[in-house]
Amino acid sequence: MSAGSHISSPIPARIVIAVSAWISAAVVLSIFLFLAWFCRPLLDTTVLSSLLSWDWRPFQGDFGILSMLTGSLLLASSSMLLAFPVGMGICCFVHGVGPPGPARLVLWTIKLMTSVPTVVYGFVAVFVLVPLLRDVFREGSGFSLLAAILGLAVLVLPTVVLMLHSQFLTIEPQVRLTAAALGMAPSQKLLHLVIPASGRGFLAAAILGLGRALGDTMIPLMLAGNAAQLPGSVFDSIRTMTAHIALVVATDSRSLAYLSLFACGLLLFMTTALINLGLRMLAGNRENGS
Amino acid sequence: MMTENVTQLNKSNIIKTIGSMLCLCLLGMIVCSTALAGGLDAFAGKKGTIAIAGGTAHIPVMKKAARAIMTANPDIRITVAGGGSGVGIQKVGEGLVDIGNSGRKASDAEVARYGLVMFPFAIDGVATVIHAKNPVDSLTAAQVRDIFAGRITNWKDVGGPDAAINLYSRDESSGTRAVYWKKLLKKGPIAVSANIVPSNGAMKSAVSRDLHGIGYVSIGHLDKTVKAPKLEGVAVNQQTAMDGTYPVVRKLYMNTKGRPTGLVKAFVDYVTGPDCVEIITASGFIPIQ
Repeated sequence: MSAGSHISSPIPARIVIAVSAWISAAVVLSIFLFLAWFCRPLLDTTVLSSLLSWDWRPFQGDFGILSMLTGSLLLASSSMLLAFPVGMGICCFVHGVGPPGPARLVLWTIKLMTSVPTVVYGFVAVFVLVPLLRDVFREGSGFSLLAAILGLAVLVLPTVVLMLHSQFLTIEPQVRLTAAALGMAPSQKLLHLVIPASGRGFLAAAILGLGRALGDTMIPLMLAGNAAQLPGSVFDSIRTMTAHIALVVATDSRSLAYLSLFACGLLLFMTTALINLGLRMLAGNRENGS
Repeated sequence: MMTENVTQLNKSNIIKTIGSMLCLCLLGMIVCSTALAGGLDAFAGKKGTIAIAGGTAHIPVMKKAARAIMTANPDIRITVAGGGSGVGIQKVGEGLVDIGNSGRKASDAEVARYGLVMFPFAIDGVATVIHAKNPVDSLTAAQVRDIFAGRITNWKDVGGPDAAINLYSRDESSGTRAVYWKKLLKKGPIAVSANIVPSNGAMKSAVSRDLHGIGYVSIGHLDKTVKAPKLEGVAVNQQTAMDGTYPVVRKLYMNTKGRPTGLVKAFVDYVTGPDCVEIITASGFIPIQ
């Protein structure tokens, strides 16, 4: 009955889908407009030059957020550089490289990881990872870029693995016969057929993973130490834009410090959008070229 | 015959006992209600809600006061939320709550913009804290300033082990930071490399796990998990904060938009009045009377 009604009345379904799509797009657009509206005072050049500087010392009149921008980019890219290869390895293990029993266990664990709230990772890391880093490296307090990179890599790992996994799942049936006809081992099939055909999956994993890493607040707030400075090493404390928003949101709402939050919000929004566009263009060029 | 007598004797005894117990209970209830009614009379016959938000140090006092009032008069609903001093002032100013708590005085600009009225009700100290196993027992104010400014970076320079000092501070909206910075650091610099934690609780848990850490918390949060070294030879506790020998103290404020009336006024009077002294003391603060 339901199938019949779907076929006989595709127009209502299409309307529902179109409306949802437009609502989603409108929400994103209105968030952008809202942020831009609140950032109007930024158009003043003295305010802008104050915010686009390196020092955050509100009591001395310095409201620079560039070290937070750097912190966000550094942390998100580093954790993705760690999570992406590991995620790819896990995905290959699940798809033929590893024995079926452990493969199922690994996949099950990764799926379970998606349901763990960020704050739990942060909490466990504060009690286990931070003291460990402090004792092993004897360099600083343990609340550091490194702690946040490790924590965030664990957080984005399931995103990477599951995006690749779903892509592998759609590619595999298409190449199964070919691989069997050529007498390929599962690992050869993966390396020579499935992975080269999974460009879209890699793209989606990179975009979603980076977005998640860039946007996460709890891990950097709890682990990165939140010092508004440029790190000299991975053992130094850093502050991300998300953590900055969480920390400063309680200040006087007419101050420049408060305004810096909207600048951070806008920068976060634009950075995510740019990364998204950039990766898509990169992938587009590659597909056209080949 | 004999047995009957005995049973009757027992019965009358039992009745007597029950009677006296009832009397005691009644007496107890009367005593209790008169004791409770003292400050809570103002709430008799009143109805309505009070919304409170802001400073996290205030929460224990607010919750206990709210419970006492709501127990005495179930027609009154009082909600207590946190958020921090800045949020408290903002929310009460924008009319989102009836009482906004802050651990610092509202700035002149905030008072002028919102027409805030401040009601200090307790004194709280802010203590320097280090790891419980850190051998350093006493610091001078100059040493504390040098440590937080990043001029002293090793514990051995202040009589501790040869290890780098890990600094912990709070964000700029913190009332605890504001008073520590003003009264102890004398508005001196805090090293940019200092870790920033978002609450008194987070500060305590960070310093209690870092053998070489140093930070500061509200005296109300002090316990055995961290150590508060003497400042210029003065022990840090409620007593020294009250008699003024420990100078790093602040007032805890309730703020209202304009003069409070009705139920909100009754609540403010109750918390600042003599009946809340015990609640404030039990929460680790010194009542302002």
